[in-house]
Amino acid sequence: MAISQDEIHSRVQNVLADCLGVDEDEVTPDAKLFADLGAESIDILDVTFRLEKEFDIKIQESELVPQSVLSDPAFVSDGKVTDAGMAELKTRMPHADLTEFDGDRNVDNFTDIFTVSVIEKFVEAKTA
Amino acid sequence: MRWIWIDRILELERATRCVAVKNVTLAEELLHDHFPADPEGVADARRAEPVFPNPLVIEGMAQTAGILVGHANDFQERVLLAKIRRASFVAVARPGQTIRYDAQVERIDQSGASTTGQVTLIDSATGQSQPMGEIELMFSHIDRAKGDLGLDLPDHNFVFTSQFMDLLYQSGHAPRPTSQA
Repeated sequence: MAISQDEIHSRVQNVLADCLGVDEDEVTPDAKLFADLGAESIDILDVTFRLEKEFDIKIQESELVPQSVLSDPAFVSDGKVTDAGMAELKTRMPHADLTEFDGDRNVDNFTDIFTVSVIEKFVEAKTA
Repeated sequence: MRWIWIDRILELERATRCVAVKNVTLAEELLHDHFPADPEGVADARRAEPVFPNPLVIEGMAQTAGILVGHANDFQERVLLAKIRRASFVAVARPGQTIRYDAQVERIDQSGASTTGQVTLIDSATGQSQPMGEIELMFSHIDRAKGDLGLDLPDHNFVFTSQFMDLLYQSGHAPRPTSQA
Protein backbone atom coordinates (compact mmCIF):
# COMPACT_ATOMS: atom_id res chain seq x y z
CA MET A 1 0.00 0.00 0.00
CA ALA A 2 1.30 3.44 -0.92
CA ILE A 3 2.32 5.64 1.98
CA SER A 4 0.19 8.77 2.51
CA GLN A 5 1.60 12.19 1.63
CA ASP A 6 1.33 13.27 5.24
CA GLU A 7 3.34 10.32 6.43
CA ILE A 8 5.98 10.85 3.74
CA HIS A 9 6.23 14.51 4.73
CA SER A 10 6.62 13.64 8.38
CA ARG A 11 9.26 10.97 7.80
CA VAL A 12 11.21 13.03 5.23
CA GLN A 13 11.11 15.96 7.63
CA ASN A 14 12.59 13.76 10.33
CA VAL A 15 15.33 12.40 8.03
CA LEU A 16 16.33 15.85 6.79
CA ALA A 17 16.33 17.40 10.25
CA ASP A 18 18.58 14.60 11.47
CA CYS A 19 20.93 14.62 8.45
CA LEU A 20 21.33 18.37 8.24
CA GLY A 21 21.27 19.17 11.94
CA VAL A 22 18.31 21.55 11.74
CA ASP A 23 15.04 21.79 13.66
CA GLU A 24 12.08 19.97 12.15
CA ASP A 25 10.09 23.19 11.93
CA GLU A 26 12.74 24.59 9.57
CA VAL A 27 12.07 21.70 7.17
CA THR A 28 9.14 23.31 5.37
CA PRO A 29 8.05 22.18 1.88
CA ASP A 30 9.59 25.24 0.19
CA ALA A 31 12.87 25.17 2.12
CA LYS A 32 15.91 24.73 -0.12
CA LEU A 33 18.24 22.00 1.09
CA PHE A 34 21.43 23.86 0.22
CA ALA A 35 20.58 27.57 0.52
CA ASP A 36 18.19 27.38 3.47
CA LEU A 37 19.09 24.23 5.38
CA GLY A 38 22.86 24.36 4.88
CA ALA A 39 23.31 21.06 3.04
CA GLU A 40 26.66 20.25 1.44
CA SER A 41 27.42 17.73 -1.30
CA ILE A 42 28.20 14.88 1.10
CA ASP A 43 24.88 15.41 2.86
CA ILE A 44 23.11 14.18 -0.28
CA LEU A 45 24.79 10.80 0.13
CA ASP A 46 23.77 10.80 3.79
CA VAL A 47 20.18 11.75 2.87
CA THR A 48 20.14 9.05 0.19
CA PHE A 49 21.30 6.34 2.59
CA ARG A 50 18.79 7.38 5.23
CA LEU A 51 15.87 7.58 2.82
CA GLU A 52 16.70 4.08 1.64
CA LYS A 53 16.65 2.83 5.20
CA GLU A 54 13.58 4.83 6.26
CA PHE A 55 11.40 3.83 3.31
CA ASP A 56 13.03 0.49 2.41
CA ILE A 57 13.77 1.67 -1.13
CA LYS A 58 16.83 1.46 -3.37
CA ILE A 59 18.23 4.72 -4.76
CA GLN A 60 20.79 4.50 -7.55
CA GLU A 61 23.90 6.66 -7.59
CA SER A 62 23.05 10.19 -8.83
CA GLU A 63 19.35 9.32 -9.00
CA LEU A 64 18.30 11.91 -6.47
CA VAL A 65 20.76 14.62 -7.56
CA PRO A 66 22.20 14.00 -11.05
CA GLN A 67 25.20 16.23 -10.38
CA SER A 68 27.19 14.44 -13.08
CA VAL A 69 25.09 16.14 -15.76
CA LEU A 70 26.58 19.46 -14.71
CA SER A 71 30.15 18.26 -15.10
CA ASP A 72 29.50 16.86 -18.59
CA PRO A 73 30.67 19.28 -21.32
CA ALA A 74 27.97 17.88 -23.59
CA PHE A 75 25.34 19.37 -21.30
CA VAL A 76 26.96 22.59 -20.10
CA SER A 77 28.36 25.55 -22.02
CA ASP A 78 29.79 28.73 -20.49
CA GLY A 79 28.35 27.89 -17.10
CA LYS A 80 24.83 27.41 -18.47
CA VAL A 81 22.95 24.16 -19.03
CA THR A 82 22.36 23.58 -22.74
CA ASP A 83 19.09 22.47 -24.37
CA ALA A 84 20.42 18.92 -24.41
CA GLY A 85 21.34 19.29 -20.73
CA MET A 86 17.84 20.49 -19.83
CA ALA A 87 16.34 17.56 -21.70
CA GLU A 88 18.64 15.21 -19.80
CA LEU A 89 17.72 16.78 -16.45
CA LYS A 90 13.99 16.56 -17.21
CA THR A 91 14.38 12.88 -18.07
CA ARG A 92 16.38 12.11 -14.95
CA MET A 93 14.43 14.30 -12.54
CA PRO A 94 10.72 13.74 -13.11
CA HIS A 95 10.23 14.49 -9.40
CA ALA A 96 11.44 18.11 -9.77
CA ASP A 97 9.83 21.22 -11.20
CA LEU A 98 12.52 22.62 -13.48
CA THR A 99 10.47 25.54 -14.85
CA GLU A 100 12.21 28.24 -12.84
CA PHE A 101 15.69 26.79 -13.41
CA ASP A 102 14.97 26.54 -17.16
CA GLY A 103 14.69 30.33 -17.28
CA ASP A 104 18.13 30.80 -15.70
CA ARG A 105 20.12 27.60 -16.40
CA ASN A 106 23.11 28.87 -14.40
CA VAL A 107 24.84 25.77 -12.97
CA ASP A 108 25.63 27.70 -9.80
CA ASN A 109 21.90 27.87 -9.10
CA PHE A 110 21.22 24.20 -9.80
CA THR A 111 21.08 23.25 -6.13
CA ASP A 112 18.16 25.67 -5.60
CA ILE A 113 15.98 23.07 -7.33
CA PHE A 114 16.22 20.82 -4.31
CA THR A 115 13.48 21.85 -1.97
CA VAL A 116 11.98 19.64 0.71
CA SER A 117 8.91 19.05 -1.48
CA VAL A 118 11.14 17.76 -4.32
CA ILE A 119 12.56 15.17 -1.96
CA GLU A 120 9.03 14.23 -0.88
CA LYS A 121 7.89 13.83 -4.49
CA PHE A 122 10.95 11.69 -5.17
CA VAL A 123 10.03 9.42 -2.26
CA GLU A 124 6.37 9.35 -3.35
CA ALA A 125 7.42 8.11 -6.78
CA LYS A 126 9.78 5.50 -5.31
CA THR A 127 7.20 4.14 -2.89
CA ALA A 128 4.16 4.27 -5.20
CA MET B 1 54.70 13.40 13.21
CA ARG B 2 52.92 10.15 12.51
CA TRP B 3 49.21 10.74 12.10
CA ILE B 4 48.13 7.28 13.05
CA TRP B 5 45.87 6.90 16.03
CA ILE B 6 45.38 3.17 16.28
CA ASP B 7 48.01 0.71 17.44
CA ARG B 8 46.69 -2.66 16.35
CA ILE B 9 43.82 -4.14 14.38
CA LEU B 10 42.24 -7.01 16.27
CA GLU B 11 39.49 -8.04 13.85
CA LEU B 12 38.77 -7.27 10.21
CA GLU B 13 35.74 -8.80 8.53
CA ARG B 14 35.28 -7.66 4.94
CA ALA B 15 32.67 -4.92 4.46
CA THR B 16 31.25 -5.76 7.87
CA ARG B 17 33.37 -4.98 10.91
CA CYS B 18 36.77 -3.76 12.09
CA VAL B 19 38.03 -3.67 15.67
CA ALA B 20 41.17 -1.75 16.64
CA VAL B 21 42.83 -0.60 19.84
CA LYS B 22 44.91 2.37 20.90
CA ASN B 23 46.97 2.50 24.08
CA VAL B 24 47.13 5.91 25.70
CA THR B 25 50.56 6.81 27.04
CA LEU B 26 52.16 9.76 28.81
CA ALA B 27 54.93 9.60 26.22
CA GLU B 28 52.50 11.34 23.86
CA GLU B 29 53.43 14.97 24.12
CA LEU B 30 49.97 16.24 23.38
CA LEU B 31 48.70 14.86 26.68
CA HIS B 32 50.97 17.31 28.50
CA ASP B 33 49.15 20.17 26.84
CA HIS B 34 45.72 18.63 27.36
CA PHE B 35 45.56 19.76 30.10
CA PRO B 36 48.63 21.36 31.67
CA ALA B 37 48.93 22.55 35.25
CA ASP B 38 48.32 26.20 35.99
CA PRO B 39 51.54 28.23 36.44
CA GLU B 40 52.93 28.31 39.95
CA GLY B 41 51.67 31.18 42.02
CA VAL B 42 48.16 31.17 40.57
CA ALA B 43 45.51 31.09 43.25
CA ASP B 44 43.82 27.68 43.45
CA ALA B 45 46.22 26.42 40.79
CA ARG B 46 45.05 23.22 39.11
CA ARG B 47 47.29 20.20 38.75
CA ALA B 48 47.98 18.81 35.31
CA GLU B 49 45.20 16.54 34.05
CA PRO B 50 46.37 14.53 31.05
CA VAL B 51 43.41 13.12 29.10
CA PHE B 52 43.31 11.91 25.52
CA PRO B 53 41.37 14.50 23.41
CA ASN B 54 38.03 13.19 22.23
CA PRO B 55 38.46 14.75 18.75
CA LEU B 56 41.38 12.34 18.33
CA VAL B 57 39.10 9.51 19.46
CA ILE B 58 36.91 10.46 16.49
CA GLU B 59 40.03 10.33 14.29
CA GLY B 60 40.84 6.88 15.70
CA MET B 61 37.37 5.68 14.83
CA ALA B 62 37.70 7.28 11.38
CA GLN B 63 40.94 5.34 10.81
CA THR B 64 39.39 2.08 12.04
CA ALA B 65 36.23 2.54 9.96
CA GLY B 66 38.24 3.92 7.02
CA ILE B 67 40.33 0.75 6.90
CA LEU B 68 37.10 -1.25 7.01
CA VAL B 69 35.64 0.71 4.07
CA GLY B 70 38.91 0.63 2.10
CA HIS B 71 39.38 -3.10 2.70
CA ALA B 72 35.93 -3.75 1.22
CA ASN B 73 37.39 -2.85 -2.20
CA ASP B 74 40.91 -4.14 -1.54
CA PHE B 75 42.10 -0.55 -1.01
CA GLN B 76 41.59 0.24 -4.69
CA GLU B 77 39.33 3.16 -3.75
CA ARG B 78 40.70 6.18 -1.92
CA VAL B 79 38.44 6.69 1.07
CA LEU B 80 38.05 10.02 2.85
CA LEU B 81 36.14 10.91 5.98
CA ALA B 82 33.38 13.17 4.68
CA LYS B 83 31.07 13.72 7.60
CA ILE B 84 30.81 13.08 11.31
CA ARG B 85 27.14 12.18 11.56
CA ARG B 86 27.14 11.87 15.30
CA ALA B 87 29.65 11.59 18.11
CA SER B 88 28.81 11.29 21.78
CA PHE B 89 31.03 10.58 24.74
CA VAL B 90 30.39 9.48 28.29
CA ALA B 91 33.99 9.10 29.48
CA VAL B 92 37.55 10.26 28.78
CA ALA B 93 40.69 8.15 28.31
CA ARG B 94 43.70 8.60 30.57
CA PRO B 95 47.30 7.35 30.34
CA GLY B 96 47.54 3.63 30.94
CA GLN B 97 44.10 2.95 29.50
CA THR B 98 43.22 1.34 26.20
CA ILE B 99 40.67 2.69 23.74
CA ARG B 100 38.86 0.01 21.74
CA TYR B 101 37.18 0.95 18.47
CA ASP B 102 34.48 -1.34 17.09
CA ALA B 103 33.30 -0.10 13.67
CA GLN B 104 30.56 -1.61 11.50
CA VAL B 105 29.52 -0.84 7.95
CA GLU B 106 25.95 0.38 7.84
CA ARG B 107 25.82 1.00 4.08
CA ILE B 108 28.39 0.95 1.30
CA ASP B 109 28.07 1.64 -2.41
CA GLN B 110 30.05 3.18 -5.26
CA SER B 111 29.76 6.70 -3.87
CA GLY B 112 30.81 6.01 -0.32
CA ALA B 113 29.84 4.41 2.95
CA SER B 114 28.27 5.05 6.30
CA THR B 115 29.53 3.40 9.47
CA THR B 116 28.44 3.08 13.06
CA GLY B 117 30.81 2.44 15.92
CA GLN B 118 31.19 1.98 19.64
CA VAL B 119 34.17 3.17 21.65
CA THR B 120 35.08 1.27 24.80
CA LEU B 121 37.59 2.14 27.50
CA ILE B 122 39.63 -0.68 28.99
CA ASP B 123 41.39 -0.09 32.30
CA SER B 124 44.71 -1.92 32.38
CA ALA B 125 44.66 -2.05 36.19
CA THR B 126 41.49 -4.11 36.38
CA GLY B 127 40.99 -5.36 32.83
CA GLN B 128 37.45 -4.07 33.07
CA SER B 129 35.86 -2.16 30.22
CA GLN B 130 33.26 0.57 30.16
CA PRO B 131 31.43 2.40 27.35
CA MET B 132 33.23 5.55 26.24
CA GLY B 133 31.14 6.76 23.30
CA GLU B 134 29.40 6.17 19.99
CA ILE B 135 30.45 7.56 16.62
CA GLU B 136 28.66 7.49 13.25
CA LEU B 137 30.63 8.50 10.17
CA MET B 138 30.26 9.01 6.42
CA PHE B 139 33.02 8.24 3.95
CA SER B 140 33.36 9.27 0.33
CA HIS B 141 35.03 7.27 -2.43
CA ILE B 142 36.76 10.41 -3.58
CA ASP B 143 37.85 9.31 -7.01
CA ARG B 144 34.20 8.92 -7.95
CA ALA B 145 33.06 12.05 -6.16
CA LYS B 146 35.86 14.52 -6.85
CA GLY B 147 34.19 15.84 -10.02
CA ASP B 148 30.95 16.47 -8.20
CA LEU B 149 32.74 17.96 -5.22
CA GLY B 150 35.08 20.08 -7.32
CA LEU B 151 38.14 18.56 -5.66
CA ASP B 152 41.66 18.79 -7.03
CA LEU B 153 43.47 15.86 -5.48
CA PRO B 154 47.00 14.46 -5.78
CA ASP B 155 47.45 11.31 -7.86
CA HIS B 156 49.17 9.15 -5.25
CA ASN B 157 47.33 7.21 -2.58
CA PHE B 158 47.65 9.62 0.31
CA VAL B 159 44.91 7.81 2.23
CA PHE B 160 46.20 4.27 2.61
CA THR B 161 49.87 5.07 3.05
CA SER B 162 52.56 2.50 3.81
CA GLN B 163 51.98 3.18 7.51
CA PHE B 164 48.48 1.80 7.28
CA MET B 165 49.49 -1.13 5.12
CA ASP B 166 52.30 -1.93 7.59
CA LEU B 167 49.79 -1.78 10.43
CA LEU B 168 47.55 -4.24 8.62
CA TYR B 169 50.51 -6.55 8.08
CA GLN B 170 51.74 -6.26 11.66
CA SER B 171 48.23 -6.99 12.89
CA GLY B 172 48.08 -10.11 10.77
CA HIS B 173 45.47 -8.86 8.30
CA ALA B 174 47.56 -8.37 5.15
CA PRO B 175 50.60 -9.89 3.46
CA ARG B 176 53.98 -8.24 3.98
CA PRO B 177 54.03 -4.97 1.99
CA THR B 178 56.40 -5.20 -0.96
CA SER B 179 57.10 -1.50 -1.50
CA GLN B 180 57.12 1.73 0.43
CA ALA B 181 54.69 4.47 -0.63
